[in-house]
Amino acid sequence: MSEPFSSRRNSPGRTTFRRAAEGVARGLIYTCGWAAIVVLAAIAVFLATNAVRAMREAGLSSMLSGTQWYPTSEPGKFGLLPLVLGSLYVTGVALAVCVPLGVAAAVFISEFADKRLTEVMKSIIEFMTAVPSVVYGLIGVAVLIPFVKDAFGLDSGMTALTGGVVLGVMSLPTVISISEDALHAVPVDLRRGSAALGNTRWQTTVKVTLPAASSGIFAAVMLGLGRAIGETMAVLMLTGNAAIMPTSVFDSVRTMTGTIAAEMGEVVQGGLHYSVLFTVGLVLFAITFAINLAADIVLERQRKRWRR
Amino acid sequence: MSTSARVRSARKADMTARVVTGVAAGSIVAVAVFVLGYIVYHGIGAIDWTFLTSIPKDQGRAGGIFPVIMGTVFVTAGTAALTLPIGVFAGIYLAEYAPRNFATRAIRLSITNMAGVPSIVYGLFGLAAFVLLAGFGRSIIAAALTLTCMTLPVVITATEEALRQIPADLRQASLALGATRLRTIRKVVLPAAAPGIITGSILGLARAAGETAPILFTGAVFQMRRIPDSPTSQFMALPYHVYAQVTSVPGWNRTLVWGTALVLVAGISIVSILAAAWRSAQRRRVTW
Repeated sequence: MSEPFSSRRNSPGRTTFRRAAEGVARGLIYTCGWAAIVVLAAIAVFLATNAVRAMREAGLSSMLSGTQWYPTSEPGKFGLLPLVLGSLYVTGVALAVCVPLGVAAAVFISEFADKRLTEVMKSIIEFMTAVPSVVYGLIGVAVLIPFVKDAFGLDSGMTALTGGVVLGVMSLPTVISISEDALHAVPVDLRRGSAALGNTRWQTTVKVTLPAASSGIFAAVMLGLGRAIGETMAVLMLTGNAAIMPTSVFDSVRTMTGTIAAEMGEVVQGGLHYSVLFTVGLVLFAITFAINLAADIVLERQRKRWRR
Repeated sequence: MSTSARVRSARKADMTARVVTGVAAGSIVAVAVFVLGYIVYHGIGAIDWTFLTSIPKDQGRAGGIFPVIMGTVFVTAGTAALTLPIGVFAGIYLAEYAPRNFATRAIRLSITNMAGVPSIVYGLFGLAAFVLLAGFGRSIIAAALTLTCMTLPVVITATEEALRQIPADLRQASLALGATRLRTIRKVVLPAAAPGIITGSILGLARAAGETAPILFTGAVFQMRRIPDSPTSQFMALPYHVYAQVTSVPGWNRTLVWGTALVLVAGISIVSILAAAWRSAQRRRVTW
């Protein structure tokens, strides 16, 4: 692209300066464009290099299959299975809460509610994402822990159930907004065609809209799952953090995220325990990466499908 | 089944579905309202001028939260100063320069994946990269860098979306007048897209202000007598203050902890609402 005509008449020094400035700006833009890849790769590299010692000394397969987590005993036992199971229990409860409720709410907002109600509901649900996880944890401590203790006659209200329910509530906005987007993306022609054949709104929803939006709703569930597995503060405050193999949702559990948060402050930097915690981080990173990749592929396919 | 009976049962099913999904949506709204009401009800009693302007005493059981608020403000400001330039440049690259090829697809994939990385993993990364390797120690700068990595995808996405909404005519008109591509971006496209970029970024930064996990090992401390005076000093922060009280102070003062939570939630909400309101006001003003 040639320089504008007028700039040629300016002093040559000014043109050179402007060219140089443009070159610098263009360089910055191109460099920053790659920032996301650089950061993501850096995260993977830093986790992996810090986890090397644990992999070498404790062994990845024996960590992943070990059922005992006694990091401070001599020698330390670093079985990750109780932590992985703890995360799965809590996440399972969270999904049981947020998937049916979230998808039903998305259907209501997108198919049944009128426009003004939709706006109100969306802004209130949007507010839920503005509440930090530590505050959800605090509400869980004040409300849900005593409730679970009394309702199920337990010795302690700090259970996988307690953490899971709060996590489910926290994942609701993600599930609702992505499901709603998926339903919204279904072309209106399909709905009208179904209505013209004499279907009610609900028949249209079940037979036409939901199947057409199914990939997007699957992605919504995956992203909700990713959010729930990665959540730290609320579960740390609510699940009681007993690092033993859980047998039911009424047991106290310790999640992978909670373990890192609770123990990283007390370990020797560069030690074996420190390195094991980075391994836990690496496992978490791998799990959420796979989940997000799956959701992204599905969403991309849906986007292509409805592109006109 | 006769036709009219079928119609009747279909109508009945339709009605039931409306009620069931409506109850689901309504109960979620009720939970949200309960959460807001609970925080306000329990926290409002603590809020007064002394609480907001004095230092914590007796491990936070008494006194105020002034240094705690300032810590969060400093870290968030640092995060903003780092995220905004990088994120906006990256957004410009994606919207204006990026070719349609595999590399660009990889960048987009990285952005969505960054948004899904657990916050505690960012904390680990920040500890290894900024606290230890870069040698910042536990400090405001290390925490701000960690939060920057976390907020970057939000700012990039907001910028790209805002730029994509600017009609091509505007760019072409500017180019036809002889402006270079960069000049067009700086003088025409960016100003038009500014409301979207700024609001999206503020929403992302407000979320970052509420995060605890990334600052746990990168600089947040529970006890500090003074306000941080340099980027390399440690800091107190609102979310960490709530967490530390609940988990490690026996007999924590409920009113003051709820007050702290209220200040945090109110701060985030007010900033977010103002930003969103400003954007929609701008949108009404600018028409293509």
